[in-house]
Amino acid sequence: MGPKTKAKSKMPDKILMTGNEAMGEAAIQAGCRFYAGYPITPQNELTAYMARRLNQEGGVFIQAESELAAINMVFGASCVGSRAMTSSSSPGMSLKQEGISYLAGCELPAVIINVMRGGPGLGNIASSQADYFQATRGGGHGDYFTPVLAPFSVEEAVHLTMLAFDLADYYRTPVLVLADAIIGQMMEAMSLPSKSGFKKKILPKNWTLGRTQKRSSSIVRSLFLKEGALEEHNERLRKKWERIRRAEQRSALYRTEGAKYIIISYGSQARIATVAVDILRNQNVKAGLFRPITLWPYPERSLVGIADKIDMVFVVEQSLGQMVEDVRLSLPGKKISFLGRAGGGVPTAKEIVRFVKSKIARKR
Amino acid sequence: MPIMEHKFKRPKSLKDADTHYCSGCGHGILHRLVTQAIDELGIRKRTIGVAPVGCAVVAYNYWDFDCAEAAHGRALAVATGMKRLRPDLVVFTYQGDGDLASIGLCETIHTANRGESLTCIFVNNACYGMTGGQMAPTTVIGQKTTTTPWGRDPKKGDGWPLKVSELLLNLEGVCLAVRCSLSSPKEILKTYQYIKKAFTNQTEGRGFSIVEVLSPCPVIWQKEPVEAMRWVEEHMRKFFPLGAMKDI
Ligand SMILES: Cc1ncc(C[n+]2csc(CCOP(=O)(O)OP(=O)(O)O)c2C)c(N)n1
Ligand code: SF4
Repeated sequence: MGPKTKAKSKMPDKILMTGNEAMGEAAIQAGCRFYAGYPITPQNELTAYMARRLNQEGGVFIQAESELAAINMVFGASCVGSRAMTSSSSPGMSLKQEGISYLAGCELPAVIINVMRGGPGLGNIASSQADYFQATRGGGHGDYFTPVLAPFSVEEAVHLTMLAFDLADYYRTPVLVLADAIIGQMMEAMSLPSKSGFKKKILPKNWTLGRTQKRSSSIVRSLFLKEGALEEHNERLRKKWERIRRAEQRSALYRTEGAKYIIISYGSQARIATVAVDILRNQNVKAGLFRPITLWPYPERSLVGIADKIDMVFVVEQSLGQMVEDVRLSLPGKKISFLGRAGGGVPTAKEIVRFVKSKIARKR
Repeated sequence: MPIMEHKFKRPKSLKDADTHYCSGCGHGILHRLVTQAIDELGIRKRTIGVAPVGCAVVAYNYWDFDCAEAAHGRALAVATGMKRLRPDLVVFTYQGDGDLASIGLCETIHTANRGESLTCIFVNNACYGMTGGQMAPTTVIGQKTTTTPWGRDPKKGDGWPLKVSELLLNLEGVCLAVRCSLSSPKEILKTYQYIKKAFTNQTEGRGFSIVEVLSPCPVIWQKEPVEAMRWVEEHMRKFFPLGAMKDI
């Protein structure tokens, strides 16, 4: 029983939705027929949306007893071949890490949405980008990565959620959609694409469990006790991460023609940075925006590609400085300035403009 | 007159493999009972077993049907995901007392309370076997383990032996909660009947079934195999009465 890809109910061309609901609908459109989740703000609308829509589509919705249970239910759903998803926000994501590590080790596809909020600890429910390290460095135990997609609008959240399912199935890996409270809560008009635009051919899942009628029995596992067997498994995984690193880097540019100064931001912060770029351009400061869409793999190729003509790089994040480390790794020797606010603080367009101009003035 | 012949054959669901279990361990007997029940019910080709983290972690090396591993304590959550999507399959978990009653107790209670149509084989050996003999929630009072070197003592904050079957029996979603034992041929036969019942409950969609099995762990208990069987009879049964707590 593979995923049914066509959703039964039709959607109008342009619809108005919150990011949370839109990601839910995108999952349905992508053929997701299993969702398990545990309530946490600011992503509750997504869970509620899945409860309603999966019922209409004849899929399975479970309100799990915890994030641990939810991610492991998704593990089970993936074992039997369904496109499966869970979502949470930062504190819940800490609990999901165990399951994500097992999914990666067992090479099971799944989509996990994190609508980030402030931390550490219980933090608050305001927007934050403080889970960047956790998301882009595996997050759980063991040597693994997961593709991480960061939407900067409701429409892109839809697109990337659909893409996440394709990437997950194609590479047999869990994929993270790293949104934040602003993206989850804001409402925008958007159109629902019918496909993610992923070009590679996704093969039928011939590895799923529950098909013993047609073949000998099979096992899903991440345990390899024989000497050298785990190293071999890890080596195979490494090759997969390398393939993803080469093939799946995604990024976008905004007003970078002739730019001497570049701002690097992702997610809702990139949205704010576009406003800062417009203000700077109006003031004849040649600024542009580089916006990573995949946070892992980090789009270093395109970044390096534009860096030659750039005098100064400004990284702006809703954190104390996490993505900035990937920028430093991508652009060794480059002058990189960082502006960040944590704990629900969001650098405003004005703050970014002031910051960029003061750094330029100091350099002169 | 035809000659009566009874061949003692290995169930198809049980692979022809040497197990890693210690001699006198209950897992060997229990694997036999579970696989024989699956064969007898003719469900081998639509069964998925979910292995625990514990001594039975590689049970799938001995079982010849589809299997998955689960993280420590999460077997019932994994099984829930499978069964909800594929009600046509027979999904069961096989878990130790650390797995099911300690780290996974939340999953255990909620899976049972949702009345998931699953079969749960719960191996109660009163200790953590795989990690070298620490106290389990089911360790009996006075029992020495590496983490209760003077014996489990509720007065010291070690708590009392956790009675999982009794804990679950009041949940509406549970249709079978029974405690069995591997301590004698008679009890083994009873265990077999209840395992079959637990699978039949699932194929008939009756709810959540748990078969708790008191199982000898001679190595951790530091007893000869026969002595270990006696220890189940004499010590474990005092704390863990046998029989069906609920069977509807
Ligand atoms: C998250 C996590 N914590 C701890 C362990 C280590 N560990 C492996 S098996 C086990 C206990 C197993 O005991 P039990 O479930 O009673 O099974 P038994 O070995 O006695 O059959 C523990 C704590 C682990 N693998 N994963
Ligand atoms: S430690 Fe105990 S439960 Fe584990 S294999 Fe040995 S006897 Fe069996």
